[in-house]
Amino acid sequence: MSLEDYKQQPKVFAAFALPTLIWLLLFFVAPLGIIWLYSFGENVSLVDIETTWTFDNYARIFQPEILELLWRSVWIAGIATVICLIIAYPVALLIATASPNAKPWLLLLIMLPFWTNLLIRTYALLNILGTRGRINETLRWLWESANALLNRMGLEHLALLGDSFTPLKMLGTPSGVIFGIVYVSLPFAILPIYSSLERLDRSYLEASLDLGAGQWKTFWNVLLPLSAAGVVTAAIITFIPALGQFLTPDLLGRGQVDMIANVIERQFKRANDWPFGSALSLFLLYITFVLLAVRSFYDARRGSRS
Amino acid sequence: MKEPKKPFEYSRKWSMRWVFLTTMVFLYAPIIVLIVFSFNNSRRGGNVIWKGFTTKYYAKAFANEELMLAFANSMTIAVTSTIISVFLGAMTAVFLWRFRFPFKPLAEGLVSLPIIIPEICMGVSLAMFFSQMGWWTTGDTPWPFNLSNIILAHITFSFPFAAMVIRTRLQNFNREMEEAAKDLGASEFQVFRDILLPHMRPGLIAAALLSFTLSLDDFVITFFTSGPNTVTFPVKIYSMVRFSITPEINAASTVLIVLTLILTFLALRYQRLTDGPDRG
Repeated sequence: MSLEDYKQQPKVFAAFALPTLIWLLLFFVAPLGIIWLYSFGENVSLVDIETTWTFDNYARIFQPEILELLWRSVWIAGIATVICLIIAYPVALLIATASPNAKPWLLLLIMLPFWTNLLIRTYALLNILGTRGRINETLRWLWESANALLNRMGLEHLALLGDSFTPLKMLGTPSGVIFGIVYVSLPFAILPIYSSLERLDRSYLEASLDLGAGQWKTFWNVLLPLSAAGVVTAAIITFIPALGQFLTPDLLGRGQVDMIANVIERQFKRANDWPFGSALSLFLLYITFVLLAVRSFYDARRGSRS
Repeated sequence: MKEPKKPFEYSRKWSMRWVFLTTMVFLYAPIIVLIVFSFNNSRRGGNVIWKGFTTKYYAKAFANEELMLAFANSMTIAVTSTIISVFLGAMTAVFLWRFRFPFKPLAEGLVSLPIIIPEICMGVSLAMFFSQMGWWTTGDTPWPFNLSNIILAHITFSFPFAAMVIRTRLQNFNREMEEAAKDLGASEFQVFRDILLPHMRPGLIAAALLSFTLSLDDFVITFFTSGPNTVTFPVKIYSMVRFSITPEINAASTVLIVLTLILTFLALRYQRLTDGPDRG
């Protein structure tokens, strides 16, 4: 499609472009600019910050406990992303190969929880994961039934399943937080994989099968490489929000599994250390930029090959 | 006789169907448990043992004045920010779609940035911005002006989404229509009002529903830009959850879930009515 040059209609161009650009400069760039200045500043009184161009706030990121926090955030988000991809791939594959009538409904089923409030979804998990939540109650019921069965078989003296049921501790542990992140970010992972599978040229698969490769071989050597771009996109757009998650570690981690966002929140709401909080937020932002750069690099390389 | 399986028919495999079904249970079970237990007649915990059906927690939630004020705040914020987001999003979509100009990739990147950057960064930076500017932050200004901070924040994160949706709609606009109108003597404004705007309408409505849901859903950015007197529904539920878990929270959550469901179905119905070939 041919685009108009802005010089042909400078007034129309300005009328459409300026409100957006002014809005973004005022309410997006300027706020980031303020925390950028704060990140080089020091607290001079309770609420006043003087920009002294110190690097102390950034240096504090490399303290052992903050490095530990960063590492924990990265591996929790990383494991959650991997689990999401493992679940998302078959689900996306099923939707992509479903009949045209079923497809919109299956997509709707995936999207519906995604439209539900994040806080409410996390709260719903709080009810499921507790020591007396649904999962543990189900496990307890299974344990009791299995134990009753064993007792009837006359094996009670062996106590094969232990003396009593010990509930799984999920709240306040990394596994609970990972469960929560997988739960809230699964649709992020499914949709990009779905769209790459949807656009895929199916004749490659037929060729592979015709030439004698089995289903598995075709999957590993043809289907997976052809949908790799979708998987990379899915990984990145799952990982970025997962890394900056605030609610999941806050509610499901019970303050024992902090991630970056929880520590940032504390600097602003309780510790009142705005300069350090700003430096940490910007650090998270820079990580995001690096990940996005990786993605566009990957896209560019794929583009130049094909 | 059963047809033999063709190579790409993964959806006919039972193993795949099981994976899909399990995933659906995983996605829906927590929400269904939450809704079911909002009717549970149990005072505390509420979520373990079924003690009979009751709607009293809905009555209690609706009688909770703070919760209702938070709900009214959320609705006011959502309506206001949706109107401005759609307006701004439409302008953004049009200028990015129509013109070639220097630094265009930069402008596109800037517009999509609020979609990508971590919510916490945006929340924190807006909070600092408002406190630096002394922007009605005290919450002493009369309602609804005390909500302006939150409204401005919501517009900032939702208009790029609106722009994205509207721009997708613009992609299949037939430029020849515009040229024909101009040849017949229509002014720039007439072309916009009589040709482009009607074409954009489904996109505008989709964008409005998206902005509304985004605004209603947001917790993190609102949490940072709200004051003690400007609590929204999610922020109020958050403080209730931190205090103690009661069936009342389940009831309030269910109300919000149902509201979101209605909005989603409206969006889909509208999309189905307007999708398809361009009749404009």
